Formats: sequence, C-alpha cells, structure tokens
Amino acid sequence: MLPLFVAIPLGVGFLLPLIEEFRERTQFFAVTVLLETGLLLALSLVKFGEESIYRLGGWRPPIGINYVLDGLSSLILVVISGIAFVTALFAMTYMSKYENLGKFYGLFSLMLAGMYGVALTGDVFNMYVYLEVAAISSYALVGFNRGPEELEASFKYLIMGAVGSIFILLGIAMLYGSVGSLNIADISVRVSEVSDQSFILLSTALFIVGFGLKAAFIPFHSWLPDAHSSAPTPISAMLSGVLIKVLGVYALSRILFNGLNLPNLTPEILTWIGAGSMFIGGMIALGQKDLKRLLAYSSISQMGYITLGLGMGGIFMSQGKPAVATLALIGGVFHLVNHAAYKSLLFLFSGGVERIFGTRDLSQIGGITRVSPVSGATGTIGTLSISGIPPFNGFWSKLVIVIAAIWGGLYPIAGIVLFTSAITLAYYLKVQRELFLGEVAGEITDKGKISPGIYVPLLILAVCCIGLGLLYLPEIRGIVLKPAALALQEGSEYTKLVLGL
Amino acid sequence: MTGMSPIVKTVTRWVSPFILAFGIYIALTGHLTPGGGFPGGVIVAGCFILITLAYGKERVEGIFDLKSASVTDSLASLSFLCMGLLGYVFGGGFLNNFIQSGFPGKAFELLSGGNMPIINIAIGFKVGGSLFVVFAYLALFRAIEEE
Repeated sequence: MLPLFVAIPLGVGFLLPLIEEFRERTQFFAVTVLLETGLLLALSLVKFGEESIYRLGGWRPPIGINYVLDGLSSLILVVISGIAFVTALFAMTYMSKYENLGKFYGLFSLMLAGMYGVALTGDVFNMYVYLEVAAISSYALVGFNRGPEELEASFKYLIMGAVGSIFILLGIAMLYGSVGSLNIADISVRVSEVSDQSFILLSTALFIVGFGLKAAFIPFHSWLPDAHSSAPTPISAMLSGVLIKVLGVYALSRILFNGLNLPNLTPEILTWIGAGSMFIGGMIALGQKDLKRLLAYSSISQMGYITLGLGMGGIFMSQGKPAVATLALIGGVFHLVNHAAYKSLLFLFSGGVERIFGTRDLSQIGGITRVSPVSGATGTIGTLSISGIPPFNGFWSKLVIVIAAIWGGLYPIAGIVLFTSAITLAYYLKVQRELFLGEVAGEITDKGKISPGIYVPLLILAVCCIGLGLLYLPEIRGIVLKPAALALQEGSEYTKLVLGL
Repeated sequence: MTGMSPIVKTVTRWVSPFILAFGIYIALTGHLTPGGGFPGGVIVAGCFILITLAYGKERVEGIFDLKSASVTDSLASLSFLCMGLLGYVFGGGFLNNFIQSGFPGKAFELLSGGNMPIINIAIGFKVGGSLFVVFAYLALFRAIEEE
C-alpha cells in the first residue's frame, strides 16, 4: 500500500498537464485533485498507527530502498493529506479564474508526491531526490502569478533552495564516504563503529545548514517571507502549513535522531537555533504591515517552537532523562500538527481578505467581521490559537513545551518561550485591532461576496483548531503523539523495524 | 534565425544521425553497458539542440515541436509509473522486475533484462522530451527579447 502514496500524486501530476495539452478543463482538474487528496487522506487515516516497512522492487533493506511507516511518519502523512485536502477544496473556487490550471494542479500533485516520499522513505539519498521533487515544484508554484515580484521571489527561493540542496547533497556524500551506507537504519548501526568521527560531524553541520535553509531557521530565512507572500494563496498555505515542516524539520530530525544517533552538541545547537528563530522571527513580525508577510515571519517564529521542542528532547535524552525527553518531543510534534492547522487557516483567510478588499495592507483595511462574519470568526479563531489563548490548540502545545523545559531544568529556555508567546499575542492583537474590529475601512471590491467555496475550508480548519486541543488529554496523546515522539527517541526500535535485527 | 555558417551546417548534417543513433543505443543497452535512459535521453535531446543551433528553430519545429515534446514528456513519465505499478500488481513490489525469470540476466543479451529496457526507454523519452522543452523555451524567450 505504501508506494501508492507516491504513485497516485505522481500519476495525477503527469496526467493533468497531458490532458491540458489537448483540452482546457478547469473544473475537471480541480475535481480530480480534490478526489486525489481525499483518497490520500482516507488512505493515511486507514494506515494511521500501523508500523510496517515496504521494500521497493523487493530488495532487502540495506541494499534496496525501503519505505518506513512508524508513529512519526504516519502522523506526518495525516498532516500532509489533511492540509492538502482542505487546500484543494479552497483552490477549487479560489483558483478558478487563473489560466494554465492543468500545470498548477500538476505541480501541486508533484509537490505532494515529493512530500509523501520524504515522509515515507528510509533512505537518505532517496530522501534527497524526493526533497528536490517537492522543492522544484514549489519554486515553480511560487512564481505562478508571473508578475515581476512573484518571479523575483521565486528566483530568490530557487537560489536559496538550491544552495540548501547542495549542502544536503554534500552532507550525504560525506556520510556515505565515511559510513558506507545510505539506509538510515543501517547508518545508525554503523555510525558508532566509524573510527574518524570528524566526517560525521562535518556532515551533521552540513545537514543542519541545508535543512535549516529548507525550514527557514533564522539565519537562513530570507527567502521565506518573499516566497510565502508572493505565492498563490493555496500554495502559501501548503508551503507554510506542511512543506517547510516536512522538508525541513521532519527530514532533519529523521536523519539526526534515527540515523546519526544525535552527535555531540547537535541537540544544543537545535535548541538555540529554535529559540533564536522563535524570538527574532516574532520581533520582525511585530513590525509588518502586509498580512501575508506578517504570517510568514510568524511561521519562522513558530517553526522555532517545533525545533526547540525537538532539540530539548535531544538534550534530555543525552542527560538520561527519558520521561522529560518524551514530553519535550511530544511538545515539538504537537506544535507541528497545531501549526499546520492554524497557519494554513490563517493563510487561506488572508486570501479571503485579499478577495474582499483587494489589498493585504493592514493599515488600509478593517472591519472584516462586519463584511463577512463567517470568515471573520474563523480568522479570529486562527489568531487566538496561534497566540496561545487557553481553549484553543496552540495553548496546549506551548504548555507542553514550557512544562518540559521547566521540568528538565532549562529555565532560560522556558523564559524565552513565554516571552515569545507574549510577542506573538502582541502582533496578533495588532491584527485583531486593524483587521477584525472597528469600522469597515478600505474599498470593498466587486469580489466582496465570499462564496461557500472560500469559507467552508476555513470552517473545517477552524474546527480542527478547536478539536486538536483534545490531543492534550493523556489518553488521546498516548495514541496519537506519543508513538511519534518515541519513534524519534527510541532509535533502536526503528532499526529493529527496518533491518529486523 | 537563419542559422550558422555553412561549415557548421554541413558538419551538423553529417554527425547528427550518428548522435541520434548513439543516444538511442545508450538508452537501449542501459542494462548491459554503462549508460541508461538518462544519458541516452540527454544525447538524443543534444542532437535536436545541435540542429536548432545550426539551422534555427524552424527546422526542428517541423520534426519535434513544443507540444509533441511536452506530450512525449508526460506520456513517458506515465509509462514509467505504469511499469512500476505493474510490478506492484503482478508480485513483489513497486518497480519489481516481474518479467525477468532468473537473476542475474545473461550478459550481452538484449532481452535478458526483464522490465529494465522498457523502463530505460521510458526514461530516455522523458529526459529527451523535457530537456528539449527546457531548451526550446529558453530559445523562445531569447527570440522575444530580440524583437
């Protein structure tokens, strides 16, 4: 079953441009992609919680490529499919006025295929290939509007992404040269037997920089605000909601935790990179006027939380505190799921705002709750979730991270997390004041009417934002989040699953 | 574009059939000798690019225009995927070599590779088509700029 996750979007991705060469059928393309993502969502829900491996071409693991489904990858599959489904639903109405939709949906499917591949594969080089599939499709998608700004953003993203890919490829080459294997599980067995550890450390550094560029950690973030604000709205939601997580944080933590068994200082570096991204991203977001750019900087800040949670997990693992480590990892994974839900909600919402007012400049618009109560309400839920107001999901994942930091004795980290939460609240209160409340400001264009095609996806995601808070309950957490955290923590279980040792 | 000097045109006319044949040979025997679909496709696309450079793009458009290159590209990818899925359906797993009976195949025998030659041909078409599309689009933009 596992190769279907890659094969279905790959097939759709090549079929739609082929059909478009002969006939432009906008509605047909949209429905096909919606069915495709729906099918993949159903598949990933069926497969959820299962642990299995799949051998491509029937070759056994250290030689052939294998797909691994464990707690973490099955959770990531559900996140990708869920966000992709809602985005496809949104794109059906939103994108209908664009041209060349066969290519748009084709690239969208290819991006999906790449992300599923990264999530499933158990082979480092195969991961690189899928990463490039997803990344190259996203470069083209960012420039899809073909205006001068979009093309500039796309080009910048292309260059930064290519530099990141080169770092990753060099890291893989170093690793293969010293360890002699590309299979992640096999690497984890052999890596301790390598006499000269300097190449391993070099490749670790290359991986952190390369995947850091993909995940937009703070020194490497400059492409993200341009790319996310220039892309068509559904693509902004996909980029921010899943792409930077799967290509950046997930791939990095898979290699570092499961493959390299966390070389010295790596968890500390991850933690401080996370704390830095969180803080600086939040500070820059405070000063933004454009709604999408604000959301983009906020993404950098929120990615910091995820990285921080995973990095702290690594620190506690090396200090021999398994229970706290599990909690910190749960915090990171929980925040990843939550951020996917509310950030794609907010990006889709910003697309709706742009449809109503014709601009995204916060100083020129206002009073959206009076123009469109439904989208106003969903936007409010999104902003409250991301700023960590109690009943919503964002609060619970931040709470888990703070508890883990205090329990493990990392008080400065806990302080930074709390302070950044306050900053987050501040800039989303600014959005609240400018956009939601007050008199209706700005010119309402002809597109003022918001159709169900726009607000139904928003409603679905808003319900998710409220519902995901339930993951905090210990019973549900034990089923959904704990296996994902343990997949990173118990490297030996992963090796056992893949190699059958 | 009227093309390059008579020397270039003459040399191109002589060597291009050989380049094309060499590309096809590399793609076909990929499972026996070094090479395979990717390098074969690159060489085939290189042949068309050479003709474009020497004679101008109108000459190539008669043989291989943008639309058919793009269609070739998509069809070849789909046929590769079909081979993968057939392996999944008939046994083993995705991309399993379901045609070949024993492993390894006989040396220097063209038909001993099972589904490998078919996959190599698909990759050859895919790479040749898409590289040509990339080049043709670049040439297109250059032409617009000159006007």
